[in-house]
Amino acid sequence: MARYLLTRAWHSALTLVLASVVVFLGIRALPGDPALALAGEDRSPEALAAIRAEYGLDRPLTVQFGHYVAQVSQGDFGNSIRTGIPVSDMLRTALPVTIELSVLAILIAAALGIGAGVVAAVRRGRPAEWAANFLALVGLSVPHFWLGLLAILYLSVATGLFPASGFVPFFEDPVGNLHHIILPALILGTGLAAIIMRQTRSAMLDSLSADYVRTAKAKGLSPRAVIGRHALRNSLIVVVTIVGLQLGGLISGAVVTESIFGLPGFGKMTIDAVFQRDYPVIQAVVLLTATAYIVINFLVDLVYSLIDPRIRVAGDAA
Amino acid sequence: MTTSTAGARAGTKILEVADLSVSFVTESGNVSAVDHVTLDLAPGEIVGVVGESGCGKSVTAMSLAGLLPRSARVTGSVRLRGTELIGAPETSLRRVRGKEIAYIFQEPMTSLNPVLTVGRQIGEVLQVHERLSRKAVKARAIELLSLVGIPSAARRVDNYPHQLSGGMRQRVMIAMAVACNPTVLVADEPTTALDVTVQAGILEVLRDLRDRLGTSILIITHDLGVIADIADRVVVMYAGRVVERAPVTSLFARPQHQYTHGLLNASPTPGRHAGTDRLQEIPGLVPVLSKQPDACTFADRCPAASDTCRGSAPGLSALGSPDHLVACWHPVEAT
Repeated sequence: MARYLLTRAWHSALTLVLASVVVFLGIRALPGDPALALAGEDRSPEALAAIRAEYGLDRPLTVQFGHYVAQVSQGDFGNSIRTGIPVSDMLRTALPVTIELSVLAILIAAALGIGAGVVAAVRRGRPAEWAANFLALVGLSVPHFWLGLLAILYLSVATGLFPASGFVPFFEDPVGNLHHIILPALILGTGLAAIIMRQTRSAMLDSLSADYVRTAKAKGLSPRAVIGRHALRNSLIVVVTIVGLQLGGLISGAVVTESIFGLPGFGKMTIDAVFQRDYPVIQAVVLLTATAYIVINFLVDLVYSLIDPRIRVAGDAA
Repeated sequence: MTTSTAGARAGTKILEVADLSVSFVTESGNVSAVDHVTLDLAPGEIVGVVGESGCGKSVTAMSLAGLLPRSARVTGSVRLRGTELIGAPETSLRRVRGKEIAYIFQEPMTSLNPVLTVGRQIGEVLQVHERLSRKAVKARAIELLSLVGIPSAARRVDNYPHQLSGGMRQRVMIAMAVACNPTVLVADEPTTALDVTVQAGILEVLRDLRDRLGTSILIITHDLGVIADIADRVVVMYAGRVVERAPVTSLFARPQHQYTHGLLNASPTPGRHAGTDRLQEIPGLVPVLSKQPDACTFADRCPAASDTCRGSAPGLSALGSPDHLVACWHPVEAT
């Protein structure tokens, strides 16, 4: 087990280094001279040289990269070109919003998706399955932004049940915070819920017809124990993988959802930065997204090995 | 001789199956799997059900405790100590499963849950039926594992199925099945997936359990060697019907149904094939029937078939001894 985790951690670290190289070079490869962008009105060679010297742009790429890594590893992502605010400060306020939104969305998606998937598999060929399948189709087909707009229109504007936009930090007002974030989280979770539902359903259909489920029934276990302990636990291996692969989609979904609901999160920060060509911010955002992917994949592997004992042993033997 | 001891105990039947019929509703129509099967089991008796793949022996076994899928139509009667199980509510069937009628299945790898330790899987039965404490469950699981001959049981109890060999896994299945000391043990092809040497060990465990705990065992197999080795009485099935029912010695010495005769000729038995080098196979396959015909279902493959065989179905009747029944219009002459 420890060996398996070490191998996975090493792979993750390697991927992270590669990702930072790509981010670093990607920004440098973009057309346009950052010095020109920073210089503004004064474009004399002296001024440009001064700017290049100040930002280290006149030094070799390898030196620049070393400098960049040293800064980033200390949490220093530079300052926003537009506002001059340190990017790390922007992240400090934006990230908690997005993390809360994503975690809530995942929880909602998992609860809805696994629940509906199990029901659809157990009640195969009956109305409950058709309903679950229909909802999954809707969840997959309808884009977030449209669903979000509909939700705002009917649940916020027309009835006033939920605020249409805005955000309150959790520690200032927990109830208000949940009130603001539950609708976006639900919208963000719909697509994932649909995917989880479909995966759970097909995995459950497989495990329900497996020999060990027959054994479990033959032991006189209750349907609850047969489905929950025997069939579902085996199905979750597939579901966790799929969820892991889909979490990246959640990040891009968060970008759209946050823009619609006016949540001051990571997604909104990304969109704003892209529209304003705010390179330091984009650079930080891309690097963090890559890191999030890698960390999530690592966590998925971890959960994997907790569910399936065979993976633990295989990793130890390797 | 086991036959005589079983005969002496046969006064009260523990399990009585009468006129059991099972059909399945499938997309391509009705399939009749079991047709008016009648058999019984005395306390401490081992009855073998033998037949080719698809003859309905496993379906018969599964229907005893209501384990067939919803698409199955089951009629007839299965009485456990006089209590009718066919049509019984699911909750009372759950109390029977694992506690009164326990099962061992063919594939020990796929029949055990890969993500739970063997101790946990054995423990589940005990928790459901005996309501033991967690600690007592583990102690009893270890005890059961040693009972079925697993060395260092205290360590093995925390193993997962993939960490055990095929023979060990089947022993775990047996330990799980006998955990609550069931009245009837249904072993559905318990040795088919195992090496011959491991097979012998498993059969030994089953025999030992019968001797020590007095469990009645219904063993389903296509292997006549297993039947000869362990069974007291034999039920031969063909295309969903019982074609012959007899004590094991009588069946092997004087098979009366043409099908049984063919089966025995198709398996290597010392002394039986004097003069011929080849085993004789039965031509053709077991038919898949949408409806049971009023005819002998074996007629198309039978060397002795006549118009009578194709015109009406023979019933089970005794020819020689009263406990040797055969359903055949042209039984093999006793020689």
